[in-house]
Parts: sequence; C-alpha cells; structure tokens
Amino acid sequence: MALVNNMVLVKFLGLCPFFGVSKKLSSAFSMGIAVLLVMLVASGVTWPVYHLLLAPYGIEFMRTVIFILVIASLVQIIEMAIKRTNLTLYNALGIYLPLITTNCAVLGITFINIDQTYGFLESLTAALGAGAGFTLVLIIMSGIRERLDLADPPEAFKGTPIAFITAMLLGLSFLAFNGMV
Amino acid sequence: MHFFGKNFVKGIIRSNPTFILLLGLCPTLAVSTSLDNAVGMTAAFLFVLLVSNIIISLLRNYVPDRVRIPVFIVIIASLVTIVDLMLQGFVPALSKSLGMYIPLIVVNCIILGRAEAFASKNGVSDSIADALGMSVGFGLAIFVISFIRQLLGTGALDLFGRSLFTIPGLSDNPVSIFMLPMGAFFVIGTLLALFRWMGVSKGE
Repeated sequence: MALVNNMVLVKFLGLCPFFGVSKKLSSAFSMGIAVLLVMLVASGVTWPVYHLLLAPYGIEFMRTVIFILVIASLVQIIEMAIKRTNLTLYNALGIYLPLITTNCAVLGITFINIDQTYGFLESLTAALGAGAGFTLVLIIMSGIRERLDLADPPEAFKGTPIAFITAMLLGLSFLAFNGMV
Repeated sequence: MHFFGKNFVKGIIRSNPTFILLLGLCPTLAVSTSLDNAVGMTAAFLFVLLVSNIIISLLRNYVPDRVRIPVFIVIIASLVTIVDLMLQGFVPALSKSLGMYIPLIVVNCIILGRAEAFASKNGVSDSIADALGMSVGFGLAIFVISFIRQLLGTGALDLFGRSLFTIPGLSDNPVSIFMLPMGAFFVIGTLLALFRWMGVSKGE
C-alpha cells in the first residue's frame, strides 16, 4: 500500500496538500504525520460505523454524508486532544490539522477499506500503509523542491509546472515497486 | 445581465479552477484517461456545484457564521450522494469507471471554495453564473487533459463506444505512459508551462 499503490502518485488522492505543503521539508513532515494520524483514527472509527450501524439498516448509501461528518468531528477532537496534552506537537501541526478535513486521501482510504471489504485489522493496516506512503512521498517531494528552488529551469516552467514534472519522474521511479508484493 | 456575464466568464479563463487556481486536482487527474470519463465527471461536478451554490446562496442569511462550514459540507455531501445513486442507476458503466472519485467530489476544494468564497456572500443569480462558469472552466480543463491523454495513450479517440478516429501507426504502438498516472502529471505540468509561456497566466 505504501509503495505499490501509493496514495498520491497512483491514486491521485491528497494532491492539494501534496503541492501546497511540499515547499519546505519541516512542514511536509508535520503534515505527513498529521495525515497519518487522522487516517488511522478515521479508519478505526468508520469501519465499525459502516459495518455495525449502516449495513444492518440497509442505508449504505448514506456513507458519504456520514463519513465526512465523522472525519470532520474526529479532526476537531484530535485537535483539541493534542492541544491539551502536547503543546509543542500542537504548535508544529497547528494549521495543518483543520486542512485535513478536506484532504481526499483521508476520505479516500475509508472508502477503499469498505470497497475492498477489508476486515477491521486489515483496514487499520491499510490506513497505516497509506499514511506512511503519503508522508514518504511528501518528504521526498519537499526535499527535491527545496533543491529545485536553487536550480534554473526555463522561465515558463518555474514553480508549479516543474513540480508536476518532478511528480511524474517520482511516479515513474515508484513504478519500479510494482510486483514487489 | 452584464454582471451575470462577468461572473460566468471569470471561471473559464481568468480564474480557471484547474489551470490557474490549481484546485480540485485529484478528480481532474485521476479520471482524465478518456473523454467518456471527462463528460461524466463534468456533468456530476456541474450538478453538485450548481445546486449547492443555489442552496447556499438562498440560505446565506439564515446560517450562523460559526457553523457555516459543517452546514456547507452536509449540503454538498447530500448532493453528491444523489449524483452517485443516479449514476449507478442510469449509467452503471460510467459509474464503475469513475469509481470512488464520485463520492470524493465532497472533498473537492473547488465546490467548498465556491460556497465559502462566493455563494455565501452573493445573490442567487450571481451564484448560478459563478457555478456555470466554474463548471465550464473545470470541464474545459478536464476535457483538454483527457483529449491529450487518450489520443497519445491509445492512439485513437472514441466517445461512448463510437470511434471518432484513429491515428495510423500510433494506435499499434501507443505511448502508454500517458494512460498511467504519471502521464497526467506530465500533461498538466506541460500545459501549465504552455499557458504561462503564452502569457495567459502569470508566473511566480
């Protein structure tokens, strides 16, 4: 999950933070960890909600509405919990936590868990893998982009266009992991 | 009417959601492998954005400021559920190929962004114009990307099962990287650079 079906490069989930936050290594790392955390908790909560609450009553079609509400409230709770317990971590993650609500990677992984009919533990593992993959790519990307600032691409390619091209090359190299599992 | 036109046109070029604002990239890149997907995605997007803009601009004076984001999200999520069920019912093949990117319209930054930045502050007719313009801009972008990817990736173009034309030579040995996710990154990166070079959008 982390390498072969990478969230960002193969499934195109969480692209907004991928291009938005990958300019600096330190913020990329914080964002990655925050996403990993939320993914894990969100998968742990949405799985029982779907299988114990929605499925028995035959209202599976409500999952989009329910899941987004669950994730939004979870993000709030996690934010409050971190603020109370660990102020340094809170300051580091700070602005990234609220952004995660609209990160499609988090909602995406909960849908994947349901669609692939994963069990509870499998869902957690998938979330862990997806989060780790997201963090990994974000860190690699930000490392490259920090260097890229010093490089001298053609005028028209400066900034975002060259970032996309970089993402393509990164994706190509991740293609090499295909068939590893 | 003049104002209506302005709100409509701005979404297409000057603040094109995909190419200029760089919002909502996930569905754009993920489903842009064929023209069919582009049509389906644009239709779903248009419906959700149009109806959510109308509802939110009607409700804008009744929703308390502090809970506006959750309210917007619930409205959008309900609309997305409607679209999802409709697609499953009427065009199952399309629904299958778009897969989970339909429910993921909920977290599309363009829709929530328009709700927050435009519909919650403007009247109904302006919001309709804004939604239409943004959808055309989005549709145009996803169309261009799918056109290039399908053309180079399969060497042929077809729309809903009807073959439009094939390029001799290329269709036997297509550049299949364009059908892979990496191809999408390459196409959009190059297009962005092209627009900048032509002076449509400004560099950094």
